[in-house]
Amino acid sequence: MSIELLLALPVMLPLGGAAVTLLLRHHARVQLWLTILTLVAILTVALAMGYYVTQEGVLVLQIGNWTPQLGIVLVADRLTALMLVVSSFVTLAVLVYSSAQAVSEQSGRTPLAIYHPTYLALVAGVSMAFLAGDLFNLYVGFEVLLAASYVLLTLGGSASRIRAATMYVIVSLLSSIIFLSAIAAVYAATGTVNLAELAVRLDGLEPGTRMMLELMLLVAFAIKAAIFPLSAWLPDSYPTAPAPVTAVFAGLLTKVGIYAILRLETLLFPASQIQNLLLAAAGLSLFIGILGAVAQTDLKRVLSFTLVSHMGYMLFGIGMSTQLGMGATIYYVAHHITVQSTLFLGAGLIETRGGTTNLIKLGGLAKLAPLIAILFFIPAMNLAGIPPFSGFIGKVGLIEAGIQYNLASGWILIAISVLTSLLTLYAIAKIWNRAFWQEPSEEIVQRDVRIPKVMTGATAAMIGFSLLLTVLAGPIMTYSNEAAASVLERVPYVSSVLGDDAADALVYKISEDGQRVEDR
Amino acid sequence: MSVSLALLLTAGVLIACGVYLVLERTLTRVILGFVLVGNGVNLLFIVAAGPAGKPPFEGSADPGEMTDPLPFAMVLTAIVISLGITAFGMALAYRAWQLFGHDEVPDDVEDRRVLRRRRRRSEDAEKLPWSQALSEESRRGALMHSQGFAPADDDQLGSDLTSAEDVPQDATEADEGQEPPPRPAFRRRARDQGPNRGSDRERVDDRGASRAPGAGPATDADPDLDPDSEHTDERGDA
Repeated sequence: MSIELLLALPVMLPLGGAAVTLLLRHHARVQLWLTILTLVAILTVALAMGYYVTQEGVLVLQIGNWTPQLGIVLVADRLTALMLVVSSFVTLAVLVYSSAQAVSEQSGRTPLAIYHPTYLALVAGVSMAFLAGDLFNLYVGFEVLLAASYVLLTLGGSASRIRAATMYVIVSLLSSIIFLSAIAAVYAATGTVNLAELAVRLDGLEPGTRMMLELMLLVAFAIKAAIFPLSAWLPDSYPTAPAPVTAVFAGLLTKVGIYAILRLETLLFPASQIQNLLLAAAGLSLFIGILGAVAQTDLKRVLSFTLVSHMGYMLFGIGMSTQLGMGATIYYVAHHITVQSTLFLGAGLIETRGGTTNLIKLGGLAKLAPLIAILFFIPAMNLAGIPPFSGFIGKVGLIEAGIQYNLASGWILIAISVLTSLLTLYAIAKIWNRAFWQEPSEEIVQRDVRIPKVMTGATAAMIGFSLLLTVLAGPIMTYSNEAAASVLERVPYVSSVLGDDAADALVYKISEDGQRVEDR
Repeated sequence: MSVSLALLLTAGVLIACGVYLVLERTLTRVILGFVLVGNGVNLLFIVAAGPAGKPPFEGSADPGEMTDPLPFAMVLTAIVISLGITAFGMALAYRAWQLFGHDEVPDDVEDRRVLRRRRRRSEDAEKLPWSQALSEESRRGALMHSQGFAPADDDQLGSDLTSAEDVPQDATEADEGQEPPPRPAFRRRARDQGPNRGSDRERVDDRGASRAPGAGPATDADPDLDPDSEHTDERGDA
């Protein structure tokens, strides 16, 4: 048995788990443990995959032994492996957290039997999107995770969730349609959807056609990643979902979009003609997103707007498309998945204790619930980029890359990122003042709720993971720089899918100093 | 590669009609619109497959003369996906009809709150110059917040939508025979103060919803979502 078969497991395990948990819908405990077991297995597989890709480079699995031109291929390089490790850890922690919330809260009334199967389907979709070796399989992965997310967003079918989901479903459908028509256009132009083969054939297209295809795909992915002009749907739909669901959505779904943009800009369209467009979108996301966060009075809404804002950091790194920038972006993605999910879990804790997420009504939690205060404080400081946390390291990496980029757009972006970082701190300080220091109302003091240990434990585990990103910043940064180099170089990816001959046909290759992609 | 004009025109008409429907306010029409656009895009795949050739069976003809089967496989997958998503969208529209009595795509609550705030400001401070009116409003707002109470009608929709107590709990089959969960206080207040037309309509909606097969006890419809009272004045303002 070859190790390539590992690649199928992150997709097959959750799908199989979803089927079995659906059959076991009358046994809630068994369902829960089975789901946890599945997610632990995926985490193990992802770690093993991470080990093998550092040893052997890119792993390729041809499903059913079809040739890559005709069949489905799954590909894992360093980037994929890192994303899988982080995402499977986050999904595991959030699931453990939600298991306690379901019992402790009135949300026990919602039809929970479908929660676990849907959750596993979501995990399968995310893994499939990360592993996809062709454009159409990426589309299918997106659809699987979106369909699951529709169900998770409307759990219980209450008025506000239906209202939020209507918007979300329409926007997602729109992006899917754009993606699908982009695939049709790509196929018409090149006659293939395999990413490695596309990399070779797209290099030879005329610049105009090339840019049109790039823009179509970019719009589809940017809606999913909530990049500024296309981000208005996110703060409306995410906050109404249950806290653990929002945590997964905020952490993972937008990052799947960013991952797709990263692949698009490196593997398919290197030396992009629209770098300045990307940088402008990044700057606008950063600035307008954070202004939204400052203006809000609801905790979950503030966090949703910071999410929109911080997507700009990752797009900043991708837009520069230098090796330093990509490395910092990959590190930042890992950091941001963890910290944003943790913050939403913290918001869930606050909601359980205070009964609301309205910052005007909350208060005094620093005294009433010091544990929650600590569990919220650490990721909040991490998000704002206070040293020594991983947010600081990621931002320093991006700014360093911007300095080395040394163009006017780079310097503008650096200024905006520093400003955004400050404003994030301001938004966080506002939350802290209102929710933790403000004089508490009688209602909150009287409220007697016991926070389940599992919930605080899961949040603490997430914080531990984000601290691990700080403590092991050196090795992880090295790893993400290697990932960035291999992604930018393109040759390892193409040659392991199609063989060395195909890789020789690539037109755009990485320059001598390994920093920039250029026309050879 | 020669391209069939008939296919392209059909795809264009389908997509144009679909886009028109997507711009409607009713969820059912939006979904029908997406079905049309989806079919149009599927035709684009068939255009991408090139002119029709021999059936692609191994050994039956020269591979150069065969139709490219790959786009058709993709179209089949896309059809299956759109079937599932359409089913979900219809269920969503049905649930919205149960709850609200219509399936219109709602305005963004936050936008509405900002709009209302702006309207109140412009009513109060018509005589002041713009800049002063703005600072006056923010001063008053800050004062209220520091006193620990937000104006009662300010945040009903926007800020508290997401808190747990606000989300109306729907009775599932499991709680049949139990009392329906208590409704949040401010909702009741809002309904008492609501325009007559709105509450009349709401009663009708309640009956309609509880008559619907498989409907649980109808949850309260938000009077602010009443299309008659809300959409008209908003358009007038804009």
